[in-house]
Amino acid sequence: MPLSKTLLLTIVLAPLFGAVVAGLFRRQVGRAGAAAITIAGVALSCALSFYVLYQLVWGGAPVFNQNLYTWFEVGRISANVGFMVDRLTAMMMVVVTFVSLMVHIYTIGYMAEDDGFQRFFSYIALFTFSMLMLVMSNNFLQLFFGWEAVGLVSYLLIGFWFKRPSAIFANMKAFLVNRVGDFGFLLGIAGVLYWFGSLDYAQVFQATLGGPILTKTVEIFAGHPWSVATIVCICLFIGAMGKSAQVPLHVWLPDSMEGPTPISALIHAATMVTAGIFMVARMSPLFELSETALSFVLVIGATTALFTGLIGIVQNDIKRVVAYSTLSQLGYMTVALGVSAYAGGVYHLMTHAFFKALLFLGAGSVIVAMHHEQDMRYMGGLRKYMPITWITMWLGSLALAGAPGFAGFFSKDAIIEAVGESHRWGAGYAYFCVMAGVFVTALYSFRLLYMTFHGKERFVVDAHHGHGHDDHGDHGHHEPGHLAHAPHESPWVITLPLVLLAIPSVLIGWFTIGPMLFDGWFRAAIRVAEHNDVLKELGHEFHGAGAMVLHGFTQAPFWIAFAGFAVATYIWLLNPGIADKAKNALRPLYNVLANKYWVDELYQAVFARGGVALGRGLWKGGDAGVIDGLVVNGSAAVVARVSATVRWLQSGYLYHYAFAMILGLIALLGGVYWIAHAAP
Amino acid sequence: MSFQLICFYAFAAVTVGAALAVVTLKSPVHAALSLVLTFFSTACLWLLADAEFLAIALVLVYVGAVMVLFLFVVMMLDLDLDPLREGFVRALPFGLLVAVVMLAEMLALIGVRSMDLQAPVDPAAAAGMSNTVWLASALFSEFLLPFEVAALILTVGIIAAIPLTLRHRTGIKAQNPSRQVRVEARDRIRVVKMQAEKPAAANQETSAP
Amino acid sequence: MIPLSHYLTLGAILFCIAVAGIFINRKNVIVLLMAIELMLLAVNTNFVAFSRYLGDPSGQVFVFFILTVAAAEAAIGLAILVVLFRNRATINVTEIDSLKG
Repeated sequence: MPLSKTLLLTIVLAPLFGAVVAGLFRRQVGRAGAAAITIAGVALSCALSFYVLYQLVWGGAPVFNQNLYTWFEVGRISANVGFMVDRLTAMMMVVVTFVSLMVHIYTIGYMAEDDGFQRFFSYIALFTFSMLMLVMSNNFLQLFFGWEAVGLVSYLLIGFWFKRPSAIFANMKAFLVNRVGDFGFLLGIAGVLYWFGSLDYAQVFQATLGGPILTKTVEIFAGHPWSVATIVCICLFIGAMGKSAQVPLHVWLPDSMEGPTPISALIHAATMVTAGIFMVARMSPLFELSETALSFVLVIGATTALFTGLIGIVQNDIKRVVAYSTLSQLGYMTVALGVSAYAGGVYHLMTHAFFKALLFLGAGSVIVAMHHEQDMRYMGGLRKYMPITWITMWLGSLALAGAPGFAGFFSKDAIIEAVGESHRWGAGYAYFCVMAGVFVTALYSFRLLYMTFHGKERFVVDAHHGHGHDDHGDHGHHEPGHLAHAPHESPWVITLPLVLLAIPSVLIGWFTIGPMLFDGWFRAAIRVAEHNDVLKELGHEFHGAGAMVLHGFTQAPFWIAFAGFAVATYIWLLNPGIADKAKNALRPLYNVLANKYWVDELYQAVFARGGVALGRGLWKGGDAGVIDGLVVNGSAAVVARVSATVRWLQSGYLYHYAFAMILGLIALLGGVYWIAHAAP
Repeated sequence: MSFQLICFYAFAAVTVGAALAVVTLKSPVHAALSLVLTFFSTACLWLLADAEFLAIALVLVYVGAVMVLFLFVVMMLDLDLDPLREGFVRALPFGLLVAVVMLAEMLALIGVRSMDLQAPVDPAAAAGMSNTVWLASALFSEFLLPFEVAALILTVGIIAAIPLTLRHRTGIKAQNPSRQVRVEARDRIRVVKMQAEKPAAANQETSAP
Repeated sequence: MIPLSHYLTLGAILFCIAVAGIFINRKNVIVLLMAIELMLLAVNTNFVAFSRYLGDPSGQVFVFFILTVAAAEAAIGLAILVVLFRNRATINVTEIDSLKG
């Protein structure tokens, strides 16, 4: 049965309706009403998304590609609002709405005591709408709309607790860093419009099949012709770097943890940050045209995968550890894109969305239990207080670390194998990075688990501490590690999403790896050139998920991950004192990691200071000096000086005026005399 | 050298001398009287040029009216003359320089074109009419509108001089004839209506023993 | 007969005397007014002479108008002078500088 317009519009507009009602009529609907209406909207959206996926995969529905509304037309360029729903889109829709639904439910518990309850629901429902617009778009302009809209909501939510200076700093940082990426993205879109003459996906992708665009070059620097495809792809990828937090535009993501935890799960782990990955996969016909751009993607992704993971090892804030892990995993996805294994990247995107949302929500559960204490140094031994969180976090971490059989194993293994197969420039470096990344991933994942749930309790339950239960409005304790009463398991609205997310984190790999990666499940949505198709190469060796798991036990990644697990177990569980010793022994290395390679400091010094200095220069020199001083005050000063001179002439004395007249008369007479003599 | 030319030189000498006196004499009264002499001798020069009407008009209007006005004003004002003469000597060389330069230029110009231009026959006499008729025939035909405008300008001048010098003094007792004429009976007396009052207290006083 | 240049020369001399008078009597408004009358007289002399030698009555008509305007001007000027003296108790030009910006 073909997909209907109404169906797709309902999917998109249901969350928007919820957002509008919860946002504009928050007094009228109240807290419960806001939660109910947004959850109902997102749940409807989620159910219909599943239906769309079902129709596309099993119902035999054709790909939906239709313009619904013409926004404006300028010459031969028309900006449309339209949907293109194929299997890639449907998969993204399901992931987005499902995780969003989980987060909505979770939020009821997490934000229960927050004043901005309705506002929060409004924002996340609005986010769902924006993200759906992004993934369902059938043209670049609508993609950009969704792209900016999710950026806006991300900005709003990072700064949700707008009374905290650190939150304001973080959301400003996220916004500014994303501007850098978005500028590249906009240039890429402009390039597409300029060289392809259209913003419609179908038309652009049709043009990539052949024609003059393949050989067209342009000289950005004189004497170095660049392929048009390379320029467009790199520009678009710069946008993806900003949104998906790739080195060197990754700095905003760790700081975005200032936002409430559900947001970290939804936006900064599962969906929005993967928009870049999705976009590149969607643009696969374009990226296939340019080896250079793909190598660029590959190197950036590999660098992100390894080096941000390393930082995660030394972080103490539970959410920041997960955030750096997200960065690292986004790097993996980007690596997959870089070796033309777009399906692998998107596949990892999907599995990662489940287990990373799970980890974030689990971390949020811990944070709630610890009364908004986020520092892992004051945790430990929590497993007996909150068993459900403990188990689900273990499952999520195993999936993240790539334990055979879990969802992360399938996707990550496929990426590593694909990199190994690739012969693209930079693939060797990337292979090393992803391999080393496996060790690092295991190390920080289990470190997090051990420091949080195992070992001795490093917090003090202090019933006479004087704080009531509802004192966490200030979100921070004056004495870290002191709790008013013992931590306890979170309510069902928090644990239910954990359980529901744990199920796909464990199981989804088993029955999706085969079709999605190796059987051409995405059909025409992802186009890979014949000679680039590493997944096809891998497909020859693929004999079912079970065989892959068994095979996985004999492979290097498993043993590397196991080594990471063992090291983590030894350092943080069996012999806790060794961590400090290691820290002291490797002090320079630790400093490099703890300071995040000084990238933030560099940006502060160069771009922030530079920007301020430039602004100050323009203010002092340009505005105050030239505009105010020269043009505005200068013209006034000229008038004043001229008029001062003229005023001196206007002495007010009659005889001065008479004298001037007589001088004029003398001159006139002289002139007449001269003319009279000059005349023949 | 004809008699006319001799007369011309004589009157011209008087004119120039009197003009010099106007600008150099210390007392404004003397200067005004010198100006009278200048006008008078100039009128004679105009007579030599057959402009009889204007010559008489000059004497009547200027000597008879304007210069009397000058003298009147000069004598009415209580002038302190010394500060007015300040800078006279200092400005003299400069003024002479300017005047001489200008004179040289003018004479040069005059010499260029018309050193020996002789007058034709008197046009008025040729037409068989007096100078006054000759002038009036032009004035009242071709120049009628400017003539009316000139009359208007004179009227405006007369009227303007009055409010300029008119002064309202406060605090002096003076009659206002127009108000005196306009006055009516009710402006002078006001009838007030009121209840008649019995002299009650007086009654009590009288009743008391 | 008297040549035209004689009259013109006389007018020039009178005019220059008036100019010099303005310069050397620059503080006395009354003398300034008299000098202006002298200038007008010089101009009138020129007009009369030209009228006579060109046989055109327009020049004499013009003199007539100049006399009219000059009379009006003298009347107004003297009236202003009287008001000025009444308000400032002086006719010294150097002290009449309220217009100076």
